[in-house]
Amino acid sequence: MFETLSHLELQQYWWMIISLLGSLFVLMTFVQGGQTLVSQIAKNQTERKVLFNSVGRKWDLTFTTLVTFGGAFFASFPLFYSTSFGGAYWVWMIILFSFIIQAVSYEYRTKTNNFLGEKTYNTFLFINGLLAPILIGVAVGTFFTGSEFSVDKLQLTNINDPVISRWEGAAHGLEAVLNITNLALGLAVFTLSRVLGALYFINNIDDETLVERIVKQLKRCSFAFLIFFLTFVALLLTKKGFAVDTVNQEVYLENYKYFHNFLHMPIVLIIFLLGVVFVLIGIYLGAFKKSIKAIWYAGIGTVASVFSIFLIAGLNNTAFYPSTFDIQNSLTIQNASSSKYTLTAMSYVSLIVPFVILYIWYAWKSLNKKKVSKKDIEGDDMAY
Amino acid sequence: METFDISLVDWSRAQFALTAIYHWIFVPLTLGLSFIVAFMHTIYYKTGSLKWKSTTKFWMKLFGINFAIGVATGIILEFEFGTNWSNYSWIVGDIFGAPLAIEGILAFFIESTFIAVMFFGWTRVSKKFHMLSSWFVAIGSNLSALWILVANAWMQNPVGMQFNPDTARNEMMNFWEVIFSPTAVHKFLHTITSSYVLASFFVIGVSAWFLLKGRHLEFAKRSILIAAVFGLLSSLFTAYSGDGSAYDVAQTQPMKFAAMEGLYDGKEGVDLIAVGMLTPGKKFNDTKDDFVFALKIPKMASILAFRNANAFVPGINDLVNGNKKYKIPALENRILNGKTAIAALRDYKTAKISIRKKQALEKFRLNYKDFGYGYLPDKDSAIPNVPLTFYSFHIMVGLGFLFIMVFALILFYSLKQTLDKKHLLLKLSILMIPLAYISSELGWIVAEVGRQPWTIQDLLPTMASTSHLSTSSVQITFWLFAILFTVLLIAEIKILLHQIKLGPKEERS
Repeated sequence: MFETLSHLELQQYWWMIISLLGSLFVLMTFVQGGQTLVSQIAKNQTERKVLFNSVGRKWDLTFTTLVTFGGAFFASFPLFYSTSFGGAYWVWMIILFSFIIQAVSYEYRTKTNNFLGEKTYNTFLFINGLLAPILIGVAVGTFFTGSEFSVDKLQLTNINDPVISRWEGAAHGLEAVLNITNLALGLAVFTLSRVLGALYFINNIDDETLVERIVKQLKRCSFAFLIFFLTFVALLLTKKGFAVDTVNQEVYLENYKYFHNFLHMPIVLIIFLLGVVFVLIGIYLGAFKKSIKAIWYAGIGTVASVFSIFLIAGLNNTAFYPSTFDIQNSLTIQNASSSKYTLTAMSYVSLIVPFVILYIWYAWKSLNKKKVSKKDIEGDDMAY
Repeated sequence: METFDISLVDWSRAQFALTAIYHWIFVPLTLGLSFIVAFMHTIYYKTGSLKWKSTTKFWMKLFGINFAIGVATGIILEFEFGTNWSNYSWIVGDIFGAPLAIEGILAFFIESTFIAVMFFGWTRVSKKFHMLSSWFVAIGSNLSALWILVANAWMQNPVGMQFNPDTARNEMMNFWEVIFSPTAVHKFLHTITSSYVLASFFVIGVSAWFLLKGRHLEFAKRSILIAAVFGLLSSLFTAYSGDGSAYDVAQTQPMKFAAMEGLYDGKEGVDLIAVGMLTPGKKFNDTKDDFVFALKIPKMASILAFRNANAFVPGINDLVNGNKKYKIPALENRILNGKTAIAALRDYKTAKISIRKKQALEKFRLNYKDFGYGYLPDKDSAIPNVPLTFYSFHIMVGLGFLFIMVFALILFYSLKQTLDKKHLLLKLSILMIPLAYISSELGWIVAEVGRQPWTIQDLLPTMASTSHLSTSSVQITFWLFAILFTVLLIAEIKILLHQIKLGPKEERS
């Protein structure tokens, strides 16, 4: 079935899978968003416990989505993996450190004799919630703004210095934070994670007074999110983009490239607009109706809009990881991808994804039948 | 011209070793304890006995504390292939990336979805679904071991692929060959069963402590019986699969095998070293004796390596100097072939005329099997650290046999119901916990130090695999990891010990 596809079609298929995983990850950052909201919402120990136990039961799933996103990127576009991770070293390292400290914090925070004390673990969770969404947003921002790197495969034949991909900026990725478009996306992802976190709390927590306070925070976060998001979209649609010549594969700058991508792929534009509308409906339902369904609207909307933003970065003859050092070194889905054989084999593996989503949905639904409340936590010796 | 920075390679290796060693402190317990919890959970499900519920919950809690930190250290390993081994990621990403992605899609999601059900499902889901969730966690974590070990096995024995000079990388030709490579099968079986051994000793040792303290006697005996059966079967299988692994090494990584046995001069009918001390400072081609003293099992190394008592086993000197009789090429020639292949690749990529391109390609293909040797600066760099490999291997094997005996004794007295009176054996079984950890880590040292300098056997050495970073960047992250992991390890141990001291909680409903 996949054997009949051309190499380019497989590359496009895999770019869609990467886009889907990326968008699912952004949805799952409601865990991170929740972590940053706790200190603003909870007024005492028990309330903190309720909030942490609400998002805490999903931390591992977010983590897994990130790892799978990384693994799938490695398998399908290895040149990106080697160029970006090996080059933008410090950005990725800071992101990774923030996930190390997150992973243990839920399990250890309220355990007796936990060495660092509960406050430290709560702080770890805050740091992860703050840094991971911002820096991952910034890193994805470079898909549109570019980075200073070079790729020269001939370098492999230089015995004394055989490294193919090189980062030409001394800050090894940290320089990306200074770009306004990257930063706007980083802050948009961060504030969105807080919006989603608040909506998840509303859905999952059985406690009126807490929900009152959550709604108050939700309104603030939503306002901030809209500002950053609109700024990013405005910058994105008006900027020059990195286009690929279909004949000779040369990369050149094109005015309004990403706007053009939306126009050339109207279905992606529709998905994007529907996604934005759904997020807005979700925010409205949460902020003004305290609806438990709000997270579903905002969640579906998040996946749709992030998915389409990823798509316009790589499809329609666009370089998805542009080099500002030498524009011809930019990575495209064609020059960075795995072989046709590997993409075909992996495409069969990708057929498992719907089943994965199905059992996650089933397990999630079974667990969430009963909401998290003070009473529920007190009687549970497994609680975080 | 920039020259290659060897200290960058060393620090990158150090960082990878550090993360791998820390990760491996937590993984084997996860792999084994998940099954032990699932067994107990099943007994609770079948009998409805509250004693078994409390037993299950106690071990599940310890499982959770250990699991979290295993996840934390694991994410680093995956991304370190990109951050610190950038060239590697491109040159073999077409093959190596696939099992990593499959691990995420096929294994990690099962694990992370059902672990939440396992911990928080006691009052939320049906008893059956809850019990099955414990099984899914065990299956998910062991599946993830499968895929990462397939990836590791492929590095040791690269099969099912071909170098594509146009893209300057290796490309997969046969997915099934990669997955079902005998190296992968043996490595997987040896790794998971040895992890079950470790987890069984963990359960037995902790329970033995309760017996010695005279606390929770019934709980402790229940736990020991389960773990002793599981442990004895696993330890026997570990020995069997270890034999298979050693055979694989002899076929595909003769240098590693020679280092494991401290064998410098190869011959027919080589004895196996049971216990021995290497001559300090021994180098290839010198005249020193191999051993200060050695207790040998006649011809056993030949049997282990080639299933034939009189088979020739090459030593380090044979692999360096070459051996005409047994058709072993000299290292010098291999280095030369490697350089020829690298130069031919350059010619191929820069040639303007098609006939030149074709000639270069032919030359490249002819010499490709020694491609990686072209990057080696000297003969020394082709030889792994012999003492580290030798001692790690022999201590691991020795401990493995000790483990089988201890399991057998514990099971025997456990069935005779006199175990609580055997204080010496109980103390010994507590000592087995650290020994099991040591032997598990030593296994990885044999596998990874023994294959140096290769990231991909014969095709890519560490010095051609790194990222283009400054040494100081890697030094900083190395120390940050070292400090952070150590702090978290201390926290984990303190929490674990406290939870153990508390003991199982009585269940009322």
